[in-house]
Formats: sequence, C-alpha cells, structure tokens
Amino acid sequence: MAERSRPDLADRPVSTVRMVLTLYGSRLRSQASFRTSFIADVLGQALIVSVEFLELWVILSQVGVLGGMTLTQVAVVYGLGALAFGIADMFFGEIDGLSAQIRSGKLEVLLIRPVPMLLQISSLDLSLRRIGRIAVGLVMYVAALTIAGFEPSAATLLLAVTAPLAGALLFGALFTIAGAMQFWLIEGREFANAFTYGGNYVATTPGAVFALPMRAFFTFVVPATLVAYAPTLALLDLPGPALIPAWSGWLGLPAAVLAWIVAGALWRAGVRRYTGAGG
Amino acid sequence: MPQIGTLARVSTYWAVAAAAFRQYSTYRLATAAGVFTNSVFGLIRASILFAAITTAGGELSGYTIAQAATYVWLGQALLAPIEAFGTREVSQRVHQGDVAIDLLRPISFLGLYYAQKLGRSAFLLLGRGIPPMLIGALLTGLALPEDPWSYPLGMLSLLLAITVAFLADMLVNLTAFWLLETRGLTVVYTALMNLLSGLLIPIVWFPDWLLAIARATPFPSMLQTPIDTLSGRIPPLEALPLLGVQLGWIALLALAASAMLRAGVRSVEVQGG
Amino acid sequence: MSPAVPPPQPLDAASPAADPAVALTGVRRDYVVRAPVAGSRRRRRQVVRAVDALSLRIGHGETVGFVGANGAGKSTTIKMMTGILQPTAGALRILGHDPVPERRALARRIGVVFGQRSQLWWDLPLRESYRILGTMHRLTDRQREARLERLVDGLELGGFLSRPVRQLSLGQRMRGEVAAALLHSPELVVLDEPTIGLDMVSKEGLRRFLREDRAERGTTLFLTTHDMGDVERLCERIVVVDSGAVAYDGPLESFRQRLGAPRELIVDLEEPASELSLPGAARTLAVDAGGIRHRIAFSGDALTVPALLTAINQQVEVRDLSLREPAIEDLVRQISARNRRGGTA
Repeated sequence: MAERSRPDLADRPVSTVRMVLTLYGSRLRSQASFRTSFIADVLGQALIVSVEFLELWVILSQVGVLGGMTLTQVAVVYGLGALAFGIADMFFGEIDGLSAQIRSGKLEVLLIRPVPMLLQISSLDLSLRRIGRIAVGLVMYVAALTIAGFEPSAATLLLAVTAPLAGALLFGALFTIAGAMQFWLIEGREFANAFTYGGNYVATTPGAVFALPMRAFFTFVVPATLVAYAPTLALLDLPGPALIPAWSGWLGLPAAVLAWIVAGALWRAGVRRYTGAGG
Repeated sequence: MPQIGTLARVSTYWAVAAAAFRQYSTYRLATAAGVFTNSVFGLIRASILFAAITTAGGELSGYTIAQAATYVWLGQALLAPIEAFGTREVSQRVHQGDVAIDLLRPISFLGLYYAQKLGRSAFLLLGRGIPPMLIGALLTGLALPEDPWSYPLGMLSLLLAITVAFLADMLVNLTAFWLLETRGLTVVYTALMNLLSGLLIPIVWFPDWLLAIARATPFPSMLQTPIDTLSGRIPPLEALPLLGVQLGWIALLALAASAMLRAGVRSVEVQGG
Repeated sequence: MSPAVPPPQPLDAASPAADPAVALTGVRRDYVVRAPVAGSRRRRRQVVRAVDALSLRIGHGETVGFVGANGAGKSTTIKMMTGILQPTAGALRILGHDPVPERRALARRIGVVFGQRSQLWWDLPLRESYRILGTMHRLTDRQREARLERLVDGLELGGFLSRPVRQLSLGQRMRGEVAAALLHSPELVVLDEPTIGLDMVSKEGLRRFLREDRAERGTTLFLTTHDMGDVERLCERIVVVDSGAVAYDGPLESFRQRLGAPRELIVDLEEPASELSLPGAARTLAVDAGGIRHRIAFSGDALTVPALLTAINQQVEVRDLSLREPAIEDLVRQISARNRRGGTA
C-alpha cells in the first residue's frame, strides 16, 4: 500500500474529512472493479434518461410549444433536472432500500459503529452506475443552454453552475425524508416514490403545464419546480407562469436548506423511533 | 386416465393462481402506497398531455382532453397488472439453481409461472389498478365507450396483454441461463417498454419511423391495444384485428420461451450445474 | 469473584470507585406485537415482555457467559447494552455511558460480534473492510496496521485477507468478524453466539485467541452462547437468564455444584445386569436394552470418572462407554425448574 512507504502519512490523524473521503473512496474502487456489468449498468441508466426525454420530444414535434417553452428550452429544463436528480440518486438513492435493511436487521450493524448512519448509508451504498444519468443530463444541459442562446452574466453564470448542485441537495433531502418515512411505514416505501421519482418527473417538465393546485404543491411543499424549471426561466430570461416567477430560479438553494432541516429532524426522529420500537 | 389428469392439473393451476392472489392481498399498506404513487404519476402525466392538447387547439392526433385523461388513467391502472417494470424472480431462481426444483414438478414450468402471474395480476388490477382510475375519474373525468361491446372485448384484450407481457418478461428472465447478470437487460426492457408500449405517450403521436418500429415489436400489444379497446377509442370491429396481433405475438413468444427453456435446461445439464 | 447473587445496589453513577463496566438496574423491555386473532381479519395489540427487571453488574476485566433458552431475552439485553434498543424501564450504564443517547461514544469503546449478521462488506476483500472500519474508528494507518498484524496472526487470517468476504467459508468469515470487532481495541467485547455453526477446530482457535487477547489487554468479555464449551473455556462467571430475569449468577465452578449431578455416563455391559450399586454421588437414570445399557448420572465434583468406573468394574464387565456433558439448555432448564419450585414452596 502506498501509505506504508510514507511513514509521515501513517501517523496522520484521521480527520472527519479524511474519514468521509476514505468511506466514499472505498466504494468507488470496489464498483469500478466489476468492469463489464458496470459499463452495462451505466449505459442502461443513460438509455433510460434518453428514452424519457423522447416523451417530451415527441410531444414537441407535434405541438411546437409545451408550457410556453420550445424544444431547446424544454431540453435545458430536462437536462438540468436529470443532472440534479442523477447526483442525488448516486449519493442517496439507495436509502430506498432502507425498509429491507430494517427487516433483515442489517441496520443494527450500522448502529454499533461510531459514524452517523446516514453517512454510512450514503457512502457505503453509493451507486456509481448513476453516472450514466448524470453524464446524459450534463451533456443535454450544457448543449441545450448553448443552443437556446444563453447569454452569461456573472450572476447567471453563477446560477448556471450552482443550480445543479442546489437541485441535487434538494433531491438528496427528499430521498432522506423518503428514507426516514420508512421507519414508520416499513411496508409502504412506495409512498416515498411519489415524492422522489415523482419529484424528478415534475422537475424535468416545464412547470407551467401543471394546473394551479399541483403547481403550488410541487413548488411550496415538494419544491420540484425550483430544481430546473425556475432556474431555466431565470437563465434564459423567460417570463414565469403564476406562482413561479423568473426570480424564483434563485430559490433552489434556500429551499434545499429548508428541506434538509426537515429531513434531518425527520431522520433523527426515525432513528429514535427505531431504537424505541426495536424494528 | 387423461380426463382426471386434466382436471387435476386445472385445479392445480387454479390453486397456484389463488395462492398468488391471496399472498399479494396481504400487503395492504404496500397496496395503498402503490395506489397513491400511481395516482400522483397519473396526475403528472395527465398535466403534460392536457397542456399539449390545449396548445394544439383541443385535439391532438385524434385525442381530446377527455380521451387523453382516459388514456392516462387506464394506462396507470394497467401498469401494475402488466408489471411493466419487469420481474426478476425466475432469473434469480435460475442463478441460484432453484429452477431445477420447478422443472421437477409435475406441471409445466411456463404454466406454473403463468398461473402465478394471473393470480398476481388479478389482485394488482383490483387493488392497484382500479382505485387510481376512480381517483382519476373524479379529478379529470373519463371518456366512456359508446359501444357496450368495448367492455368484454377490452377485458379480453387485457388478458391477452397480460399474457404477452408475461411471455416477453419470461424471455428476459430466461437469459439468466447464459448471462451472469440480467439487470442490464431488465433496464433495457423497461426503457423499451416506457417508450414503445404507449405507456408515456400514445404511439399514434410518434413520427412515422418510430411508429413503424413500435408496431414491429410486441410492446404496443401490452398496453396501447388494451387501452384503446377498453376506452372505445378504437371501436370493437376495428379492434378485432389488433386482438389478432396480440394472439400472434402470444404464439410467437410462447414458442420462443419454450425453446429458450429447453435450450437453457440442456445447457445446465451439460455443465452439470 | 462476585457473589452468587449480587445484592441489589442502587446505581450511583457519581461514584467512580463503584463504577462497573456494565451496570443494569431493573431493566425492562416490552415489545408491542400485532398478533392475528383466530377467525378474524383484525390483529390484536399485544405487549410481550422480553426482559423483566433485569439487574446485573459486571466489573472491569470480568468474563461473563450470558446463557438462557431461546426467547429468554438474551438478544434484547445485548441490543439494549449496545444502544440499539431503548429500555422500557430501568437504567443501563455501559462503560459509564447511557447506551442509546451516547451510542456513538459508546461504539468507540465496545466491540460487538453478532453471530447471525455480518458487519463485513460482502463484495470487498476482507482487508478493505478493516480499512473502512479503521477509518470509522479514526485509527491512524500505523495503529490499524499494528493491531491488524496481531489479529491476522492470532486469528490466522493471512491466507484470505485479499479474498472477497462472500467467498469465505463460515469459519473464516467468523474469525474475520471477530477481528472486525476487536480492531479498535475495545474495552468491552460483546459476543452474541460467536461460535454458532463452527466446527470444533475453528471454535477452539477462536476461543484461544479471545483468551490471549483478553490476557494481553484486560478486556471485559460478555458473551451469549448455546455452547457450554464457550462458557467453560472463556468465562469465569455465568449468568443464566430465564423469562427475561436473572435465574442464576455466580462463578462457573459453583454453577455445577449447585445443580447436583448433571454429568452423565453411559456404559454398555458384556452381560445384562439389573441396577448397579453406585457410590453416593451417582445414581442410575435408566437401564435399557434388556440390562445391557445403563445411564448413570453423577456429580463431577464429588466423583471422578475413573473412580466411578472402578466401582462399576468391580460388579460387571464394561464393553463400551461414553460420557455426556450436560447441554446448556438442560442446565438452564434445571435452574428454572428449581427456581419455580423454590418460588411455589
């Protein structure tokens, strides 16, 4: 091992940052080692994202404008949404399987380690194959932005870069909330899919297509429209529909912070319930 | 005595199907969760289609708002019984070698799994399919067929669709005899299903080349055909040829599945696994 | 050595002199289960008491075997001790920590082996699991490698360190699990059925290393098991739990004495004989096979096997013999039966 040949490193104390990096790193190494099935998985993920975009493409080839947006503008929304969801899915997607871990008792093993459970689940179940989704999303986002005539200023460039990360944070919080719900609804984990995968569906769609009650729900309760649609309005300087003005494109990060406050509280309550009820 | 043998076999299949139905009916919270999620996805899909149709001036390639609503909610209702996202049980049993036990049973392998599928699908239709449709009817309304013959013909088409989906899914699962990892193939199957079955958008909206590709696959027979038949968008007389296409796919896929099963069993015997 | 039945002491966390490694005071744990009601689709809420008024004090460096029948409350007790489960009532102090609220601080100081579930990473080489666990416990690379060297040596892991865990045999994996629990040199080691499913050689190897490691580091050892051999080779003190409460607590050597004659000698005779006359500490349990096979129970402390054999050989000729050590379940059953008799008398 490389560490052995450098004695100064061997005595380096383990900071929290180094611990987190080691945990994620070990998972990356192990997944990349199954070459063929890994490549097939990555391509499969890329295929799914592409096929889902075809839905919007077919509709737009028929009508020209959907929710007030042209094909290129819709592609910006879709690419940005897919990119944000892909990142969150990579880090938190496996929380979906929490109920199985509760039932099998595997969760007990996580509890006897001196590391927060959420960090263990996120790092040690990291699914690198989602990189296929991330790659397609990124390419679409950048290409469509360019074609759509994005004119970067300092502020909009900052937004263009931070929007995918804010969106990923937001979806990460949604995944965590979905995971925490499984402490109460062990058999009902599909409920959570309505908000995670359903949120992804909404995020990759022009928000103006939704009737007002739904638009309100997916903006103020599950803020999926703030992930990609609202930032796209701000980036391309488009007028927003009722409830989602263009300036709300800047609200992704605050919404993500709020969502994480809720997610953290819910997760802690879930773990408390688990240690109280015994699974 | 073949008469008694046949009777005994039919009652075995019936028992298998009934057991599958009962097993699924015990997952009550999971069913409620599925209904909820199914309904939310239905609302999202309906919103997108409504927006497109409104932009097109109230009608798009033969679909009005009411017809699009019917299309969405029927699609959501059939999603669960069709098991559009694929199953993994058989491929896992092949990998673990348990399939040898299934093959030793005195009833046919495909028959056993088909009976299970029918029992499961019956519950999934009643438990997970009908409720979102009722929710949809309340929220967006449904267009009902004018010809009463659409109902029995639609139910028949649904049964055929479940059979087509069962056989296609079985083909994917049986590749486990030769592939160590079938997840990649399941992903491809799901992607094709999403696109070509008419699950996301009606296939008649496709550009001609994509429509031609879709019609050359069994996927429209799994969803688009029963939806069109049940909703009466395609009147009974015109639906009959589509049911014929479904039957054709069943024959073809059943032949392929049993051939694959035979070849798979042989390959296992050769390897001595 | 602790007294046979420790007097109930009020738990005083403030006085460090009396601070034991493990202190359970009147610990109770109820589960709520929903049992199906016959002839109805409804389910009835039912409260099941898994652990009831359990009190236990274990000093630093003690080795305690925690035994009892299935469902006696052993696993529940271990879950409460490790912070996985909150007690319904009562107080726990493990190494001075309240387990559930201070779970992570406690996790740094205890090592746990669940015989039934793995804490290794299935698809990674065994060595990689130790790298991850070492990082979690904030061991420097040098600390980890030094400790691992000792564990690899003592548990003979060298041959399969670079093999993925899923390819290991049960014995190899179990040794790997023990090394994972001991990697951070915990002060308290909790073992839940550590030798379950292992062959004799693996069991002995594991027990030998646990003794060595304890001798080197003065660890406190707490283990549940169904194997009396584990208790005999590893523990000085035995605690029997029955229906969620302590049924016996004391040194191992007085455990058997209290039970009278739990060992069993089976002799097959050349010629049939009726009941043999035996020394006082032995008695005939049964005469089978028409007087050929005699089953004799005797107390292992009052009477040695050779002395008993001599007494038998004076009367008849022995063709074959076998010795049966009492199964832990039998001893436990005896203890509970005696306690119940004592309770009703």
